[in-house]
Amino acid sequence: MSIFVDENTRVVYQGLTGSQGRYYGLLNRDYGTQVVAGTNPRKAGTDVDGVPIFATVADAAAATGATVSCVFIPAPGVPGAVLEAAEAGMELVVVITEGVPAHDEAFLFNKLRRDHPDVRLLGPNCPGVISPGKCNIGITAGHIAEPGGPVGIVSRSGTLTYQALYELKQQQIGVTTCVGIGGDPVPGTTFVDCLAAFEADPETRAVMMIGEIGGSAEEEAADFIAEHMTKPVVAYVAGVTAPPGKKMGHAGAIVSGGKGTAAAKMEALTSAGARVGQNPTEAGELMVEIVASL
Amino acid sequence: MDLFEHQGKELFARYGLPVPTGEVAFSPDDAVAAACRLGLPVVVKAQVHTGGRGKAGGVKLAADLDAVRSHASGILGLDISGHIVRRLWMEQASDIAEEYYASFTLDRSARKHLGMLSAEGGVDIETVAALDPDAIARIHIDPVDGLTQPACRQWVRAARIPGSAADAVADVLVTLYGAYVDADADLVEVNPLTVTSGGDVVLLDSKVTLDANSTFRHDDYAQYDATQTRDEREQAAHSKRLQYVGLDGSVGVIANGAGLAMSTVDVVNQVGGRPANFLDIGGGANAEVMAGALEVINNDPAVRAILINIFGGITRGEEIANGIIEATRRVDIDSPIVIRLDGTNAAEGRELLEPHLGGELMMEPTMLDAARRAVKLAGAAGGQGQP
Repeated sequence: MSIFVDENTRVVYQGLTGSQGRYYGLLNRDYGTQVVAGTNPRKAGTDVDGVPIFATVADAAAATGATVSCVFIPAPGVPGAVLEAAEAGMELVVVITEGVPAHDEAFLFNKLRRDHPDVRLLGPNCPGVISPGKCNIGITAGHIAEPGGPVGIVSRSGTLTYQALYELKQQQIGVTTCVGIGGDPVPGTTFVDCLAAFEADPETRAVMMIGEIGGSAEEEAADFIAEHMTKPVVAYVAGVTAPPGKKMGHAGAIVSGGKGTAAAKMEALTSAGARVGQNPTEAGELMVEIVASL
Repeated sequence: MDLFEHQGKELFARYGLPVPTGEVAFSPDDAVAAACRLGLPVVVKAQVHTGGRGKAGGVKLAADLDAVRSHASGILGLDISGHIVRRLWMEQASDIAEEYYASFTLDRSARKHLGMLSAEGGVDIETVAALDPDAIARIHIDPVDGLTQPACRQWVRAARIPGSAADAVADVLVTLYGAYVDADADLVEVNPLTVTSGGDVVLLDSKVTLDANSTFRHDDYAQYDATQTRDEREQAAHSKRLQYVGLDGSVGVIANGAGLAMSTVDVVNQVGGRPANFLDIGGGANAEVMAGALEVINNDPAVRAILINIFGGITRGEEIANGIIEATRRVDIDSPIVIRLDGTNAAEGRELLEPHLGGELMMEPTMLDAARRAVKLAGAAGGQGQP
């Protein structure tokens, strides 16, 4: 099994007619993803390399049975695109677009929670989600992932995710699903959401988690691991030696209350029972050890 | 993007918020002329992107024009926590009866906006938070609802703002929240928010940080980008649209992706070296971008060795290798370069690089090996990177 997406997932691409949307949408189709539709209100009735274009997500869903949307719309159009997808009944909306203002993200998160509580938003500014061998939505290079299991991956960073997939593949270790949640201030899907889904997935037997400095998502994940995870977790947090980033004035310092540094995150994860690697290679080696002992 | 105090106040004024009248000055002559127009007494305030101005002697009251000139001369050029004062804000002196603290920012954990308000303003709010956390009233604001009048009035009461000023303060806070949202601010902080003896509310200071992602709907934000504090290296990288943060070591770092770049900086430290920078060249690694990155690093006199750490995803190893080869042809590099290339078609990429190796260009199979070699080279070249 896998989480969020599998071989039966039918996907509509909002922005399939743009250069990025077309490039990655067709790559996803080549991988085996069911790319069933694209949307563009001005190009309804046309197609992109055989994929039909509809005016709206609702039209696309009605005609093709799509239940997941992938958004390649430029940042100014993202809130409208996500709400359109939610109103059309999409179960999952994956937003690859980067550069979405934080206020828009905060608004979207709360609007969805209130009006469309069953819709999962992934991103913005994320590489997407891949269940290797079944479905790849977004910009991950599919061939660097080994299908199967027993490892699930959740990550805030794109390239570090690819590196993790690649290192596991070198060791012939399969991955059930790899979710890139993105590094923006208000991600639609969090570490905790993914950890819970992996915990419930019978084929995932260990989880690799890749975090970064800033915010408190890793600390919240640590609390969840301590209380709810029975499966082993290997973690890596980038930015141990990063200089304090733009400190958000006194208000930010008070909100974070000392949270947010890589050291604090690693300590929280270690206390919660996760194995923490000091660098990506060490995290990979820890995962190899754990998989060998499963 | 961090705003100077005066830019923040000018922004507040556009939303009809009450701020004192003032003018920017770049020289003592400017300052005197401004004081003549504003009327005495005036406050001479250093404009820097850092706090602690008062303690550093960056804020002075001037009762006459001689004092204006001498304070302006003293403050211009002052070093405040590494920030050199280049501009002043000249402001009419205010009559202050009460000093409060107010701020709005995004609480990432709660995924809502957070307002903080305290009757104990005018001092270091972190000290207040540590000594008497109850003195700060917090309110979480759902971005869909915004800050409503009734919720704001309750918040003002919780902050123990005296009843006489409460309504006026609440009205200003509702407008300030509107400005925070409309301007796409990451942070709006007013300390002190004052009430005059006549009962008028005045925003006496401003600390505003704007979201750089929001510039597509704020045409005027280019002016703030132009006044950001950057060192020469950061300015050069910024003009090439590279994600760069200057550090103080001797190993220049180039990587693709923010996570990998951060991780590379970590690993250089772990093996006993000191990174000169963080530089993320983004997803691909074409010759254009790579050459720009090498130029920026090469112009940093502290760099003794360069570490290029690339992981190919969609971008294939051959393209990356060709990009590196072409870039090293275009830029005359002063330091040895250690390359780690992995990921999609890494073997093919390494094969292309092979004939160019030897001398100043070398390759290592892993991130750790590459970091160790670069750190050793930086040390051997007389830098500070030796473990």
